[in-house]
Amino acid sequence: MNAVEVRDLTVAYRESPVLWDIDLDVAPGVLMAIVGPNGAGKTTLIKAILGLMKPAAGQIRILGKPYRRVASLVGYVPQRGTVDWDFPTSVLDVVLMGLYGRIGWVRRPGRNERREAMEVLEKVGMTGFAHRQIRQLSGGQQQRVFLARALVQDARVYLMDEPLQGVDATTERAIIDILHSLRSSGKTVLAVHHDLQTVSSYFDEVLLLNVRRIASGPVSKVFTDTNLRLTYGGRIAIIKDAP
Amino acid sequence: MEQLLNDYTLRTVTLGTAILGAVSGALGTFAVLRRQSLLGDAISHAALPGIGLAFILTGSKASLVLMVGAGLAGWFATAIVLLITAGTRVKYDSALGLVLSVFFGAGLVVLTYVQRYPNANQAGLDSFLFGQAASLVVADVITMTILGGVALAALLLFWKEFKLLAFDPEFAHSLVLPVRRLDIGLTTLLVVAIVIGLQTVGVVLMSAMIIAPAAAARQWTDHLGIMTLVSMVTGALCGVGGALLSTSISNLPTGPTIVVCATGFVVISMLFAPRRGIIWQRIRRTVQNRELRSESVLLDLFELARTHDDLTYPHMEPALRVIHPQRGTLYRQLRRLQGKGLVQMHQNGAWALTPDGVRVCDQLRKERIG
Repeated sequence: MNAVEVRDLTVAYRESPVLWDIDLDVAPGVLMAIVGPNGAGKTTLIKAILGLMKPAAGQIRILGKPYRRVASLVGYVPQRGTVDWDFPTSVLDVVLMGLYGRIGWVRRPGRNERREAMEVLEKVGMTGFAHRQIRQLSGGQQQRVFLARALVQDARVYLMDEPLQGVDATTERAIIDILHSLRSSGKTVLAVHHDLQTVSSYFDEVLLLNVRRIASGPVSKVFTDTNLRLTYGGRIAIIKDAP
Repeated sequence: MEQLLNDYTLRTVTLGTAILGAVSGALGTFAVLRRQSLLGDAISHAALPGIGLAFILTGSKASLVLMVGAGLAGWFATAIVLLITAGTRVKYDSALGLVLSVFFGAGLVVLTYVQRYPNANQAGLDSFLFGQAASLVVADVITMTILGGVALAALLLFWKEFKLLAFDPEFAHSLVLPVRRLDIGLTTLLVVAIVIGLQTVGVVLMSAMIIAPAAAARQWTDHLGIMTLVSMVTGALCGVGGALLSTSISNLPTGPTIVVCATGFVVISMLFAPRRGIIWQRIRRTVQNRELRSESVLLDLFELARTHDDLTYPHMEPALRVIHPQRGTLYRQLRRLQGKGLVQMHQNGAWALTPDGVRVCDQLRKERIG
């Protein structure tokens, strides 16, 4: 059973398609990069898989089920810029938010939850920052906090929107190490990625996306000059493939 | 006048305004953090026709009846704003402005119409424009307490869900929390907070009670719970202060008086709060600038010495003045650095880095290059 399965997915914003007829299979235990130019629909794909955007057509299955039924098995790392970092809250508090689904209504996070949150903060090397206001963090540290918030869910599938965007070299290394350890414990990770140089060293598989799916599969097979030109050549690829 | 000031009225007014201040302070915290301050303004203005219509339909001036009318109208206005933004290309702020002014205009028309009613004089509906604390009676305060208590209890009950909704609604959605229903719930609580204050503060300035205490509270803390508490206390103090002033001076409308109080709190908080206050930041910037200037003198000494084999090679002041033309500043910085043991003055008056200074330079250069 595939970790993520997308069939004939079309997402449209007003009349124009943002994603057009996407098919995608991601096997469990795979680190997959989602690569494509700006406006290719990378974020939209992640959001559609998470049910944050309504597809115009198509089907999405995670671990064989619709998202709503497996939500607790899916971790989401949004783009850093999507929230107000001046919000009055602490690092530990943000990480605890990852557990809100599990804690359930009315109850508050208790000692056990705080312990779990501290454990993942240690994993991302942020123990010393637990009680900092989140505005006082650097970009890389904010990214680690978002990662920790997803890790604390102990999910089986992780969807990450540019987890390496604007981070320093140390943080990049730390995050990649975490992704690799996720893979070795059998988790699946889909991450939007911008740096073409590092795709082959960081990831197992790649999805080349530009509104349509240009190619997907093992990096060694799919990540070719021809495919990249098709992806970043943009319109040409679509016109050529259009029915 | 004397009658107004007797204990009984005073107690009623104080209690009522304290409650409305606390409730609007609490819900205002979330409105401000969710960037919905203007929605509060639209809701309160939109409540006016609701008050008038409730009176026309029921002939009753009971505060609960008027509040229900106000609440329904406020809620209806919110729904229209959402419909406009979702269904057209009109932006959120334009939709708010549109709904606010249309509803307020309709409200004024309704109130003018109500004036013709036989019992309109006692109705005192026009006191809803700028508020009249003195018109609060015990029954009003009981209604306000019950509604406000329910709103605060709901806020407490769904605290963590509302917090996540305010901070990161998409993430909340990914946890399959019912984001839409939570949003409607929190907005409804905001409507309640506004509605219970209308009689005292008035529709025109009620949004100040939503925005000002929360904005002031934000300056003092980085913790949502504490911010909410500070905002509640601030709101209550503003409410009581403004209401007592306007009750003791006849014909002073309560809304504007309360707003003047609230403005005081906001100004003080903006200026004096630690870390976020303007004065604090000014001081910190001055300190940082001085730090930066002396760092650059240090690094320039390093650069000059680098052309020689010895990093502690001394240079005369004129060589540095080429880069730092302001004589006084340069001398002060060198003295400062000397005090920290990073540079030393040789007997001929030349300045050189100490070994400590060289180490600090290495460190700084690494940081700046990254």
